[in-house]
Amino acid sequence: MEWETVIGLEVHVSLSTRSKLFSGTASRFGAEPNSQANIFDLAMPGTLPVLNEEALRMAVKFGLAIGAEISKRSVFDRKNYFYPDLPKGYQLTQLDLPTVGRGSLCITLDDGSERIIGVTRAHIEENAGKSLHGVFHGMSGIDLNRAGEPLLEIVSEPEIRSAREAVAYLKKLHSIVRYLDISDAIMAQGSMRCDVNISIRPSGETELGVRTELKNINSFRFVEKAIETEVRRQQDVIEDGGRVVQETRRYDANRDETFPMRSKEFANDYRYFPEPDLLPVEIDEAYIEAIRQTLPELPDARKARFVIDYGLSDYDAGVLTATREMADYFESVAKDSGDAKLAANWVTGDLQALLNRKDLSIEQSPIQADRLAVLIARIKDDTISGKIAKTVFESMIKDQSAVDDIIEAKGLRQVTDSGALEALVNDVIASNPEQVQQFIAGKQQVLGFLVGQAMKLSQGKANPGQVNKLLREKMS
Amino acid sequence: MIEKTATELARALHSGEISSVELTKAYLNRISALNNQLNAFITICEESALEQARAADTRRAAGDSSPLLGIPLAHKDIFCTKDQITSCGSRMLHNFTAPYDAYVVERFNAAGAVMLGKTNMDEFAMGSSNETSFFGPVRNPWDTERVPGGSSGGSAAAVAADLCAMATGTDTGGSIRQPAAFCGITGFKPSYGRVSRWGMIAFASSLDQAGPLCKSAEDAALMMNVMAGPDRRDSTCAELETEDYQAGIGQGLKGLKIGLPRQHFAEGLSAEVELRIRDALAEFEKLGATVIDIDLPNNHLSVSAYYVVAPAEASANLSRYDGVRYGYRCEQPVDLEDLYKRSRSEGFGEEVKRRIMVGTYALSAGYFDAYYRKAQKIRRLIKNDFDTAFNSVDVIIGPTSPHTAFTLGSKTDPVAMYLEDIYTIAVNLAGLPGISIPAGLCGGLPAGLHIIGNDFAESRVLNVAHQFQLATDFHRQKPALKVN
Amino acid sequence: MAFDRLEVEKVAQLARLHISDAEAQEVTSRINDILDLIDRMQSVDTENVEPLAYPRDVRQRLRPDEITETDRREELQRLAPAVESGLFLVPKVLD
Repeated sequence: MEWETVIGLEVHVSLSTRSKLFSGTASRFGAEPNSQANIFDLAMPGTLPVLNEEALRMAVKFGLAIGAEISKRSVFDRKNYFYPDLPKGYQLTQLDLPTVGRGSLCITLDDGSERIIGVTRAHIEENAGKSLHGVFHGMSGIDLNRAGEPLLEIVSEPEIRSAREAVAYLKKLHSIVRYLDISDAIMAQGSMRCDVNISIRPSGETELGVRTELKNINSFRFVEKAIETEVRRQQDVIEDGGRVVQETRRYDANRDETFPMRSKEFANDYRYFPEPDLLPVEIDEAYIEAIRQTLPELPDARKARFVIDYGLSDYDAGVLTATREMADYFESVAKDSGDAKLAANWVTGDLQALLNRKDLSIEQSPIQADRLAVLIARIKDDTISGKIAKTVFESMIKDQSAVDDIIEAKGLRQVTDSGALEALVNDVIASNPEQVQQFIAGKQQVLGFLVGQAMKLSQGKANPGQVNKLLREKMS
Repeated sequence: MIEKTATELARALHSGEISSVELTKAYLNRISALNNQLNAFITICEESALEQARAADTRRAAGDSSPLLGIPLAHKDIFCTKDQITSCGSRMLHNFTAPYDAYVVERFNAAGAVMLGKTNMDEFAMGSSNETSFFGPVRNPWDTERVPGGSSGGSAAAVAADLCAMATGTDTGGSIRQPAAFCGITGFKPSYGRVSRWGMIAFASSLDQAGPLCKSAEDAALMMNVMAGPDRRDSTCAELETEDYQAGIGQGLKGLKIGLPRQHFAEGLSAEVELRIRDALAEFEKLGATVIDIDLPNNHLSVSAYYVVAPAEASANLSRYDGVRYGYRCEQPVDLEDLYKRSRSEGFGEEVKRRIMVGTYALSAGYFDAYYRKAQKIRRLIKNDFDTAFNSVDVIIGPTSPHTAFTLGSKTDPVAMYLEDIYTIAVNLAGLPGISIPAGLCGGLPAGLHIIGNDFAESRVLNVAHQFQLATDFHRQKPALKVN
Repeated sequence: MAFDRLEVEKVAQLARLHISDAEAQEVTSRINDILDLIDRMQSVDTENVEPLAYPRDVRQRLRPDEITETDRREELQRLAPAVESGLFLVPKVLD
């Protein structure tokens, strides 16, 4: 039987505010345990929440970026449950009136095709702390640094149809929140996490099948593998005549299997009700408009512009706009060097390879955009050849001196002096009589060999165009 | 001197007739003589009180004449006080030293008032008799076999017995006004949002409000000048500028329209209490006010709606007491569930557990609409009733409580206890200001007169009470306590 | 609405309270009395009434995104029943 996969994603991104959602405690990543847990964060009696304006602004910014409805009135609710990493015994979240309503985003698949995925809503809520299991003589340790950090939970419609689409969706979200500068969205640090709802149904069926939820997946790769594994499991269950049970499951990457999570004897009943310690959040059109004015150019728009302004291919434009940092880097190189195509080739080629090799992000690149731009400019003005440029590029990784100084110091400047080139060409003709004869006899391909010999003799410094021209003149 | 009102004491301190240290010592002596009988205090802060008193005298010598400078007061043990135990009347917090001061405490400290100690209360402010305290019941200074009312029973008894010049309390359904009535003192609940709840341990967030318990309406105004005011740490605290409440209490009552709610003079009201209230109304008429009968048609539903809203909010507010970060933790928990269940079951008393259960049930799946949403709708109807009434009257007057203080242990049925607050609860549901002032004695026990005002009309309520007290002496009546 | 023994157990579990067999009957009957009191509300038609969640109609104030708190771990953890290496200790947490 042909199966169709139906996937909905719930993505949590940590908003990169300086302080927590409802208290003035710092919310930096990686601080000493409980050094960022103050009286409100610890739910000391008598403490009260006050909403961080920046978290609200960030949520609205996100909403505008995905063309969503922004609620003029949103309400925080208490979601009640007991867990040691939840100090108040309830989480503040937005149930019925979230700040961000329906929107959508466009995902690009590997084959270049695009799909629109609906976003149901995005709501602001508090993060929970962290439990370190069984660390001290069978006890668990609780670190509440993360408790009360602002999260935006972005809920998609069940419109995603494959693991690859799910990854494309996640990457797009990742890109958008980073363009908006509202989250680091680093999956490995938990500042972007994802729960996946999966069901399958026979192709052509319109009713949804029973879904399972995979909790807290923390890398793009695991998302893809976890979904594929769970889809296979559901197919096996159904094809063996069983039924999929609605439950929460955990993906074990080592075994590449999903497992049901321990469920309590009584099902959770979160007893949501409006948080009486906070009043409804009301915003007006002017507030929304002011935020709209601060929106940066977003990945889709930037990609389109790169195609038009710089004559890039869709593919290159897509790669170069995947992250804001990458796009900024490219654009800076393109402008300063005056050659967008060369800039695109270098950024997606040698530079990307270097970053991959060293496992660095573009912001950590040992070669800054202005220096790469100078290198490209030197190719353009014939100071060096493209080939020599690769040598210079390698030197630039370790040597922070000016690009021109590196070229001079290593004597890599291209030989363009006609006297010196003529001597070089004469040398080559004299040492390769056989090939010269072949060329004269009409075998054009030999020219390449002769140019190569000249380049070799000059240790790559001769201008290949000029060598080519001179050789032709001498042999005609 | 200790029997004087805070206003009078302020004058005596200002004129140099007495020092704060002398006054503080006098109250500390009175406390040590009488607290055994009354159990009004959970914590007595002798050393720090004397230190504050000395500091106040120094400030005064330096020319400071802040109105409350050097006046000894007591805080209900629901307000967090840094470096002192804040128990909320519960085993759960019996050894909890708050790491910060509540807003109300900050304000009185800044004003130079002297904190004598922390007063006893119903556990987590859940009770109308002060019998649910982990620290034992408070006794009524007028008759120590009777309850002082609750939940601010310790504060009310302490003021009535002159163990302090004034005290703070909180009122969620009548917890300032009812004990004030039972103890024959003045107790004022401001409008919701008038006093910051920061540092005030939450019972029901949308109902709780702090206010003064004191010896006159004039004292209440004096205290409100310190307690009221915007505070950004409490999102529900009104952004209104504070008024000078003392300046607002000098108006005559000629032309004042008083509403008399039929529902507050119906079945259940003791005939003696009704007589005291009718006498008081006659007094108001003498002062130039007119009395009009009004209706609060949904008042009879206020207790029902309250016992959904308050327990629902409380059930969540009390989830933080889990034995992990502070407070009571059971011995040797075998697992996490055991830690939670035993810490909470051993740390909370019966009434608190009962209300958590009711609130949890009211919010649980399948019952939310029938209970919680329904109660919020009733709350709207009750608020509308008041809005309508205040279209035709300036204040609403009735009894604070259906009768005078009852004997300890006589009300074992929770529902009967809940109905004690039949006249006060609606005021909390609507968020209005209300005061209870003494209206004379019934068989040797005080009866309370309840004055309700419109939203943020604290000055008017205080003025009406003050004008009555200028014309009468009920607030000067004192219990005859024998020092053992 | 009948609030029976089973309901008591369910609610006690949600609220993380332990109700012993000895207490169960008393608790059940007390709570039933309270629910009877509450159920008086049901006599009024509130079909078109807007629920009131907040005593007055005002909107939430916002706080500037500033760090106003300092690290008080040592002082605050003195209040905790069990702490080790800066962590609050609880019996082992299971998923």
